[in-house]
Amino acid sequence: MSHSTVQPSRSRDLDKLLLRPGNLVAPTFEPGTQLRDDLQEYVRILVVGAGGLGCELLKDLALSGFKNLEVIDMDRIEVSNLNRQFLFRLEDVGKPKAEVAAKRVMERVSGVNIVPHFCRIEDKELDFYNDFSIIVLGLDSIEARSYINAVACSFLEYDSDDNPREETIKPMVDGGTEGFKGHARVIMPGVTPCFECTIWLFPPQVKFPLCTLAETPRTPPHCIEYAHLIKWDEVHSGKDFDPDDPEHMTWVYTEAVKRAELFGIQGVTYSLTQGVVKNIIPAIASTNAIISAACALETLKIASGCSKTLSNYLTYNGVEGLHIKVTEFVKDKDCLVCGPGVLIELDTSVTLQKFIDMLEEHPKLFLSKASVTHLGKNLYMQAPPVLEEMTRSNLSLPLFELMGKVPKDVVHVTGITSQNDSKRSCLRKLRVVFKAIDGVTDMDMAGGA
Amino acid sequence: MIRLFKVKEKQKELAENANGGVPIKKQTAGELRLHKDISELNLPKSCTISFPDGKDNLMNFEVSIRPDEGYYLGGTFLFSFQVSPIYPHEAPKVKCKTKVYHPNIDLEGNVCLNILREDWKPVLNINTIIYGLYHLFTEPNYEDPLNHDAAAVLRDNPKMFESNVRRAMAGGLDSVYGLDNYALSVLNVHTCA
Repeated sequence: MSHSTVQPSRSRDLDKLLLRPGNLVAPTFEPGTQLRDDLQEYVRILVVGAGGLGCELLKDLALSGFKNLEVIDMDRIEVSNLNRQFLFRLEDVGKPKAEVAAKRVMERVSGVNIVPHFCRIEDKELDFYNDFSIIVLGLDSIEARSYINAVACSFLEYDSDDNPREETIKPMVDGGTEGFKGHARVIMPGVTPCFECTIWLFPPQVKFPLCTLAETPRTPPHCIEYAHLIKWDEVHSGKDFDPDDPEHMTWVYTEAVKRAELFGIQGVTYSLTQGVVKNIIPAIASTNAIISAACALETLKIASGCSKTLSNYLTYNGVEGLHIKVTEFVKDKDCLVCGPGVLIELDTSVTLQKFIDMLEEHPKLFLSKASVTHLGKNLYMQAPPVLEEMTRSNLSLPLFELMGKVPKDVVHVTGITSQNDSKRSCLRKLRVVFKAIDGVTDMDMAGGA
Repeated sequence: MIRLFKVKEKQKELAENANGGVPIKKQTAGELRLHKDISELNLPKSCTISFPDGKDNLMNFEVSIRPDEGYYLGGTFLFSFQVSPIYPHEAPKVKCKTKVYHPNIDLEGNVCLNILREDWKPVLNINTIIYGLYHLFTEPNYEDPLNHDAAAVLRDNPKMFESNVRRAMAGGLDSVYGLDNYALSVLNVHTCA
């Protein structure tokens, strides 16, 4: 056993971080072999994505001393991945990325255990994600980030003073690269801004006007998008275009070439076609390596406390010269995903109608004309008339029953709020808690209109 | 956070056979924003909305427009809306399900409306889009056509355009293929060159 004297591990540099005290450490940091062992035994990390960043992340995390890793990815290896997704070989083409990546890292780093999951992130139940200490993201889409963020934030609970309960915080470390640019970011739901708090910072995708594509194409991407968006539907009525089907892609490419010839446009290639249709920006291995290194280090810092974590968003830009900057994003206090919402205590007998009336009087809301939704069920809709009619009968039922008789849950309401004489529409998150049926019969708020 | 992780892992070992709750369908931020848009809809009488998948699936819906003026008076045009989970970061996908002779809508139902593609902004909403679609019928625009034959006729011979629209709408009401044959014959005339 390694408790008597400090035994060096195979990673000298890691020992320097974990075995010695320091000035910049987190307040709870307790250096020593115990910490080193605990990190190996008790920290379970999920890597989401086994592509360019995912390969780097798995390798970096394994070499940072973590022993319990899992990786999830729905893709299979393609030839074009091999230049940067260094865990894959030519003979791996066609195999699931997660499985090959896990196997290769386990072969190279002894003692590490990596469980692969070859499936979509949506296929796993919430419990699967709750099992991990930290979730590290190596993804390439806003949708997937938004999904994982929502999952991680769904574990978050607040106390009655609207402070996040520490044991419900699921830390995320998010990396992303696009050519020479990249970002690394630490998300502590409830403490630092979540992905949804700042989603508006993403630039909109470039979309060409359909009429330009149809009438006056000027660039190779115009020709490609014409074949992809207009010609495909004309020829294959009803059949959906699948960007991962090489036959479909070749068809679009061939049509785009014809289109380009017709308008005297040069430069339509197969890879450009893939790039435009799948919105791919050429990936650069070194950018992935830099961003992954930052993410792995942040993961180690969160878990061990050996240094202060990034607060909270690092951008790397190697396009002209090299710039790295850290920006502290701020939380959206009314964020629907990570915010606490407004706490409302209710008696189990309160009907939906009474609940809606109460919102009008609530000092934090003053919300009139409320529509109410709970876990994908629209309990009441003010408009349009067709939905109002379908949900009207719920008004006379107790909210407790409509919410499936759970002791507490989140509902969302939209309506008009009037504050300082100005009226505006708003969407709010409410934490509804039903009072135990053991005594208190009525409450101050329930007296509303 | 290692102390916390450790405590949690130990708790998990203890509660190994305690089964977790049923997976709960969480609403995405996009669904919630759409819920807001829908609950605030304020449509003109000429537009109606319906939800083929019932009251709890708002992500797919249909809007029918019956223009009360202009060339398309008397017609009914059905549009399908498909809203992505990252709405409003991304515009809804809108298709015209009714075959229509229109300079800005092609025979596959693609719609050329700037706010659906290049000019989409997250501050816009479903109401704006429906008004935009309605506007296409009251003021078809020949300058940025998707169906360039229809556009050329509208530009050069509005009277003929009007009668083409009438014929197409009448044919479309009689049989689904009425317009197809009609439109193809028009296309052939113009695209032989």
